[in-house]
Amino acid sequence: MESREFHIVAETGIHARPATLLVQAASKFSSNVTLSYQGKDVNLKSIMGVMSLGVGQNVDVKISAEGDDEADALSAIAETMSAEGLTD
Amino acid sequence: MTNKITGIAASNGVAIAKAYKLVDPDLSFETRTIDDTQGEKDRISAAFLSSKADLEKIRTKAEESMGADEAEVFTAHIMVTEDPELLSNINDKIDSDKTNAEAALVAVTDMFIGMFESMADDNPYMAERAADIRDVTKRVLSHLLGKELPNPALINEEVVIVAKDMTPSDTAQLDRRYVKGFITNVGGRTAHAAIMARTLEIPAIVGSEVATDEITDGDTVVLDGLDGLALVNPTADEMTAYQAKGNQYAAKKAAWAKLKNEKSVSADGKEFVIGANIGTPKDLDGVTDNGAEGVGLYRTEFLYMDSTELPTEEDQFESYKKVLKNMDGKPVTVRTMDIGGDKHLPYLPLPEEENPFLGYRAIRISLDRDDIFRTQLRALLRASVYGQLWIMFPMVATLPEFRAARDIFNEEKAKLIAEGTQVSDDIKLGIMIEIPAAAVLADKFAQEVDFFSIGTNDLIGYSMAADRGNDRISYLYQPYNPSILRLVKNVIDSAHKYGKFAAMCGEMAGDPVALPILVGMGLDEFSMSATSILQARSLMKQLDTKDMAKLAEKAVDAETNDEVVALVKANVTAD
Repeated sequence: MESREFHIVAETGIHARPATLLVQAASKFSSNVTLSYQGKDVNLKSIMGVMSLGVGQNVDVKISAEGDDEADALSAIAETMSAEGLTD
Repeated sequence: MTNKITGIAASNGVAIAKAYKLVDPDLSFETRTIDDTQGEKDRISAAFLSSKADLEKIRTKAEESMGADEAEVFTAHIMVTEDPELLSNINDKIDSDKTNAEAALVAVTDMFIGMFESMADDNPYMAERAADIRDVTKRVLSHLLGKELPNPALINEEVVIVAKDMTPSDTAQLDRRYVKGFITNVGGRTAHAAIMARTLEIPAIVGSEVATDEITDGDTVVLDGLDGLALVNPTADEMTAYQAKGNQYAAKKAAWAKLKNEKSVSADGKEFVIGANIGTPKDLDGVTDNGAEGVGLYRTEFLYMDSTELPTEEDQFESYKKVLKNMDGKPVTVRTMDIGGDKHLPYLPLPEEENPFLGYRAIRISLDRDDIFRTQLRALLRASVYGQLWIMFPMVATLPEFRAARDIFNEEKAKLIAEGTQVSDDIKLGIMIEIPAAAVLADKFAQEVDFFSIGTNDLIGYSMAADRGNDRISYLYQPYNPSILRLVKNVIDSAHKYGKFAAMCGEMAGDPVALPILVGMGLDEFSMSATSILQARSLMKQLDTKDMAKLAEKAVDAETNDEVVALVKANVTAD
């Protein structure tokens, strides 16, 4: 399993378009991808799971991937994060 | 016997087509205890797949008929049908409660809807997500129950839409080629369905109260949008009569259409400008088709309202550029953000106010939140090289407000030039006249602004202290009241005294009763819904400015609204 911490800087946190794109990015991989925030874990391939966390600005989240393509999944997600201005 | 339904005539024309009811079927169900849980799980999976297939078809259709942006909402819906957590939660529920698929679906989606709605206080965006889940749930449930939801996006024959009411998301799904008219139970002339019908140039009747009860899917309906009358399953004679009426109206429209490339000129040869009011670059087709000589009002708030966050400078720049380029050198008056009053942004919560129309809105927000204002001005400045840009500030009450807005504009202009960005050196700055205080003090404003544009809806509302949406006092919405006409005259005269330009962008500019008076007062530009332009140009051609000046003089000296209407009727005969 690989995991990485991200510091969210976007004013609106993870919702709307960025959330949709993160889910789409994660869904391209066969690995299980988990988003953890404030002690809760959700499936990053689930738009409703991601939204239900209500991730805001200036917080840290952890994303873990487990499976054959876990490294690729994490780098694709990191790329989406920065392209959408979620992280610095 | 033919069933006749009356309502408010909301958009001109006559249509005859089959009824298409945009009404949800009964989706009630019983909660049952189930032994074959696998069977229920298979049903729910199948219903999700069918729903996804529907939505993909709808999205493709929506992309074709309305563009990728409008179709985006269906992508969100498709993602809900694919959501692995949603499905596994429902499956767990079926296993643990031994319940039928319908009950498990609604229990789980209700849980998510409740959760998202409780988050909506901090984050209004979540309310929309709750609505998405509600929409998808309805669709999945309809598949489980074997009922058919109306799928307006998939209509492929000519129809008249019958609905209780229509929301923007309903109309967004309609294919313009097949929808021939609307009839709704509720609403007035300014309801969304009415405005949409006028934009699409199809007849509409609103506020009929009974349309969805009296009309059955597939009935033949005659929709007379000229007189607000619908005939359900008419006789052959009635059909013939209404076809003739429709043809007559079409002939009139065809005569107006010949004026498309002509100038807007009075009978005695004085030239005026007739412009169009638009909300988004998508409205440009109507502007060109109706021969507008400019855009007299580009309402930029749609950029903000159709977005889930503040629109970026780049997004705004692209929209402004598109409009300016498309108008090919003709003037485009862009109104800066007019949010507040009845227009809210989910991502920009405004304080609750006792009187939002007298509160924090438009230029008042722009001057307070100059970060938002500067982004808009920079986008406008950058786009200015693509055409003839006029910028207008809404809801200005005092000169210092205008000066503050102008200063910010000049600062951003200087910054862009210093950055090496090209901007036009001929951008006109003006104000919208909708607050009586500004109308009265127009002679002072005229020494500093380049132009005025009179917004009559608000000007009338504020002058008469009456909300025209309030039925009990709607009689006070009196556009021809001499008090209003005097304010309008003062604005026009003040502009001309200092060599400035006077425009009007409210509904009154295209009104056949007001237009002769405004011609008489020498208004320079009349900006209106694109679909009113040709009719206005036709009327203008029949008016003599000297006669109209005399008429205007009498009108401002009249005592009542009705007296002015009678004066115009007695002095102007036009078809």
